[in-house]
Amino acid sequence: MRPSAPPGLLSTAWILVRKDLLLEWRSRARANALVFFALASVLLFSFALGPDTTFLRHAAGGTLWLAILLASVLALGESFRVEQENAALDGLRLAPADARALFLAKALANAVLLVLVGAVILPVLFALASVDAVLGLGRLAGVLVLGCLAIAAPGTVYAAIASHARSRDVLLPLLLFPLLIPAVVAAAKATSLVFEGDPMLQSGSWLGLLGAFNLVYWSLGFALFPRVVED
Amino acid sequence: MLKKALIALTLLAIGLVVWAAWLGLAWAPPDREMGDVQRIMYVHVPAMEMSLLAMTLNFICCVAYLFRPRWSTDSLAEAFAEVGLFFGTYGLVLGSIWGKPTWNTYWTWDPRLTAMAIGLVSYAGYLALRRFVDDAERRAVWSAVVGIIIAVDVPIIYLSVRWWRSLHQVQSSPATVDPAMVHALRWNFVAFFVVFIVFVMARYAIARARREQEMTPPPLVLEAAR
Amino acid sequence: MSNALELHDVSKRYGRIWALARLSLVLPEGQSLLLTGHNGSGKTTLLRLLATLFRPTTGRILLFGQDAVSGREALRPRIALLGHHTFLYDDLTARENCVLLARLLGRPAAEANALLERLGLGARADEAVRTFSAGMRKRLAIVRLLLKRPSLALLDEPFGELDPAGIQEMEHLVRDLSQAGATVVLATHQVEHGQSLCTERLHLAAGRAAQA
Repeated sequence: MRPSAPPGLLSTAWILVRKDLLLEWRSRARANALVFFALASVLLFSFALGPDTTFLRHAAGGTLWLAILLASVLALGESFRVEQENAALDGLRLAPADARALFLAKALANAVLLVLVGAVILPVLFALASVDAVLGLGRLAGVLVLGCLAIAAPGTVYAAIASHARSRDVLLPLLLFPLLIPAVVAAAKATSLVFEGDPMLQSGSWLGLLGAFNLVYWSLGFALFPRVVED
Repeated sequence: MLKKALIALTLLAIGLVVWAAWLGLAWAPPDREMGDVQRIMYVHVPAMEMSLLAMTLNFICCVAYLFRPRWSTDSLAEAFAEVGLFFGTYGLVLGSIWGKPTWNTYWTWDPRLTAMAIGLVSYAGYLALRRFVDDAERRAVWSAVVGIIIAVDVPIIYLSVRWWRSLHQVQSSPATVDPAMVHALRWNFVAFFVVFIVFVMARYAIARARREQEMTPPPLVLEAAR
Repeated sequence: MSNALELHDVSKRYGRIWALARLSLVLPEGQSLLLTGHNGSGKTTLLRLLATLFRPTTGRILLFGQDAVSGREALRPRIALLGHHTFLYDDLTARENCVLLARLLGRPAAEANALLERLGLGARADEAVRTFSAGMRKRLAIVRLLLKRPSLALLDEPFGELDPAGIQEMEHLVRDLSQAGATVVLATHQVEHGQSLCTERLHLAAGRAAQA
């Protein structure tokens, strides 16, 4: 038997990320549906919160992140359904692929999808709420990325659990939403500051909170995900 | 034997609750600024302390389970989560009742209250997860994972009043509080702690019994085996 | 010669049911085991346990002298399972599915391509698995199995859904594996096909070893 050189943890994660992104591209009808769902949410919020444009401008940050949050539940659930169809996840485990690499890949791919959704919503939000990136698009992109990463890490762990439980459609948001409150608040506040300017320099603390949240939950997810998928 | 201990502790708990309630509601002097409304502190604070204690112990059980899977650890974790949710909800309601005359609102989004609300919903989610997973071993592992993840909130609840300027009072130390009030508060702590023990024991027994019921015993060796 | 498999008093419980009950078994390296039994007798559970997909509820499993639970990271590259599930991604092409496995194993993609050709899937290798028939998916699953060059090959009902030509191919495959020195465990209730291929036999009933 010729000896082979199997890839290390990060290489495995990189192989799997490409697989996950390729899968998302192949089923892009699903990604499109996700984007339209998020857009519909933005519209609904705008209409439900009333025609007062000043208020809508102030609420734009929150609206963005609520729409992304709702879309994330669909995206996260879907990302594991595709693994369950033919027990592909078992196939990966047996390859063998380190479960931690599985986590990194899945969470990263989910984050990318969410950033994409956010990027599509933003121009619509600019128009609907008459906002602009006062502090710059770079800062806005940074908040978007940090926030989506924050949703994706614990979301991937919970989605893996929920995909095997009963009432998975209820269980995932039930577990995920309370956990994400600090991240969503921080992201929404930071976004609002980008839209409205930051005279009192508060962005730092909100971004700090987002950063800390990411650090904690990516670490926990990395450590605990193997216990979820392996027996 | 366990049953006798439980009955004895329950009687002790009832006695202590009555004693501590008298101390808090009648014996202790009214607060200089807030008057009699302040007496809610005697039940609100111990309730919240018990809730945080339960959450911390749940976290310890979850970590323990991942290292050494035992049904006793899993059942304890379940008991702590439910008792923690109970005391936390109780304390939150009491806090709201205190809030209305004191801050003129039943609720406010200050860091400690927000963190506590998140915590309670999280533990409700933990218990929901346990209901929705049928396989006992998977349920134990997955709820241990979830328990660890949601425990991140617990130190935040505790330390939030120190880290951020918030509406909620900072922890007082006995040095700054009237000794009669300290006395009443201490007895209430004791009373709540005994109630806590009673609840956990009873809930643990139920959880253990359910595990037993879910499992059939290991198969016996058959004579006609190969 | 050491043992490929050793099962010591192994039991596996799902909920309230014991799928395997106190099973003990030894299989030397290079031998092939025919596993028979009705549906629900525990054949699939046993194969999945041997594949290290999950751990036994009680008892111990040794594969090539290593504990199947603590040593599973080291054991998995040597074990291949042809199970009820194909482990495929429907939205990826046959080639992409196989090259993915090759990369995870640290093998060049050329090996995957060669196997696809060898099993007659070359023509449709760049079509999505979603369009494949059951027989083609089975062949693709075989490509994945061969790609691993397993020391232990676990085959769960490999003759299901195959036409007579396919069955012959499968029998060839099992013989090739045995000749290459692999240990084979073949579970089937079509005993007539498996009998000639295997050196040993185990019959399961209600999770226990039984007389056939």
